[in-house]
Amino acid sequence: MNPIVKGSLVAGILLVVSAGVVTGLRGGEAAGETPSAEASSRPRLTIAAASDLKFALDEFLKDFRTRNPEADIQVTYGSSGNFLAQISQGAPFDVFLSADVAYPRKLVEQGLVDGDVFLYGVGRLVVWVPRDSPLPVETRGLQAVSDPAARRIAIANPQHAPYGRAAEAALKSQGLFDSVKDRLVLGENIAQTAQFVQSGAADVGLIALALALAPAMKDAGRYVEVPLDAYPRMEQGGALLKKARDPALARRFRDTLHGEEGKALLRRYGFFMPGE
Amino acid sequence: MDHAALWLSLRLAGWTTIILLGVGLPIAWWLARSHWRWKFLVEALVALPLVLPPTVLGFYLLLAMGPRGPLGPAFEALAGHSLPFSFEGLLLASVLYSLPFAVQPFTAALAGVDPRLIEASWCLGVSRARTFVRVVLPLAATGILSGMVLTFAHTLGEFGVVLMVGGNLEGRTRTASIAIYDSVQALDYAAAGRTSLVLLVVSFAVLALTYGVRRGGGAPWGPPRS
Repeated sequence: MNPIVKGSLVAGILLVVSAGVVTGLRGGEAAGETPSAEASSRPRLTIAAASDLKFALDEFLKDFRTRNPEADIQVTYGSSGNFLAQISQGAPFDVFLSADVAYPRKLVEQGLVDGDVFLYGVGRLVVWVPRDSPLPVETRGLQAVSDPAARRIAIANPQHAPYGRAAEAALKSQGLFDSVKDRLVLGENIAQTAQFVQSGAADVGLIALALALAPAMKDAGRYVEVPLDAYPRMEQGGALLKKARDPALARRFRDTLHGEEGKALLRRYGFFMPGE
Repeated sequence: MDHAALWLSLRLAGWTTIILLGVGLPIAWWLARSHWRWKFLVEALVALPLVLPPTVLGFYLLLAMGPRGPLGPAFEALAGHSLPFSFEGLLLASVLYSLPFAVQPFTAALAGVDPRLIEASWCLGVSRARTFVRVVLPLAATGILSGMVLTFAHTLGEFGVVLMVGGNLEGRTRTASIAIYDSVQALDYAAAGRTSLVLLVVSFAVLALTYGVRRGGGAPWGPPRS
């Protein structure tokens, strides 16, 4: 047999086998869920949320699903800029929770938003180092990045990530930017920035407090918050979309997130409340 | 239009092609000639980057290249700088990611060389190395060129692996595909369009050239016409 054909055959078999295994596993997981044919008749809520909300929103939705057992609620985490582009092109999301209030405001201009943009939290920036790092973040805070041991400093991409803009502004306001700019590595979003420094590939990172509090990060490192006056406030905002399949459910979600319990949870997960 | 990023992509694709020519030919020669019973396992291993998501490859490469990985400290001792977020790290990732695109066409081309010609050359007292250079390579040239072109084109557009291990450094790891992604993220669709157009034209030209060279010879990964 031609070795190429054979190679492709083996690769094909591998692919089919692995796909089968994955499907099997997924099937096992999904066995307890309602089949999708039935799901179409249930009230649905599909949320597009910024990556820094991952842990807070997962926790919030546990409770929200319990209170709305009839609803089929799905959430996708990703980059706010990507979601903006997708929603502008008609992506089927009901709610958009952005890391930067400017993005949902753009959707208002396009006439895609039901009602008005709402603010749900204020992002907080921290300097994070792996647990065994020699960098003195506890005593020097942000100034620790100027230490020679900080050879690679991870920040999110300032071009399109709100936390990246905040990190750049904080470094500039402390007069550190010019001396460290050649040592910066840019994460595609704040979650990847955290991964860069948590894996040890970078020595120090400027990341979201919401991620520093995440279970995987909490025990792996040490962090100090960057003073709020060192960078422009990161107002995080969201919007309900006109195309929502179940506007009442979408509003209930927003109001619960805005309620006392939602606020308390977001605070616990590393956000300030608007106006604080 | 991001000239630095386009130039970096071309450099990365060029170096990846050169390295895979050196690394891929011996592997392909072995695959084409060996009758080892377990050869199919090696073939599967070589084909693995075709089916592995680039994110998987990229993430584990980043861990391997990091200070706690098997490659990181050794490279740092040799080169004096760390492997992740460097051009060398990107090159290593690209070589692994494009391996099947070089090795599979090479193997097909080498397997298509009539073994009687090779044996005749040996019988005439020509050394194995010289036979390979003077008899095998010219006969397999078209297939080898196809493999090189495919490798080049594939590396030119790679995204996932670069996103995972690059760190987006201008002139060092911000390739054209990353620059396009950044422009789209920043809602600068015009800039994304300009860089994409260049990438599209270059890729098309490279592929058209390959098919032109093999005029009527079917897909570039098929066995060469004798």
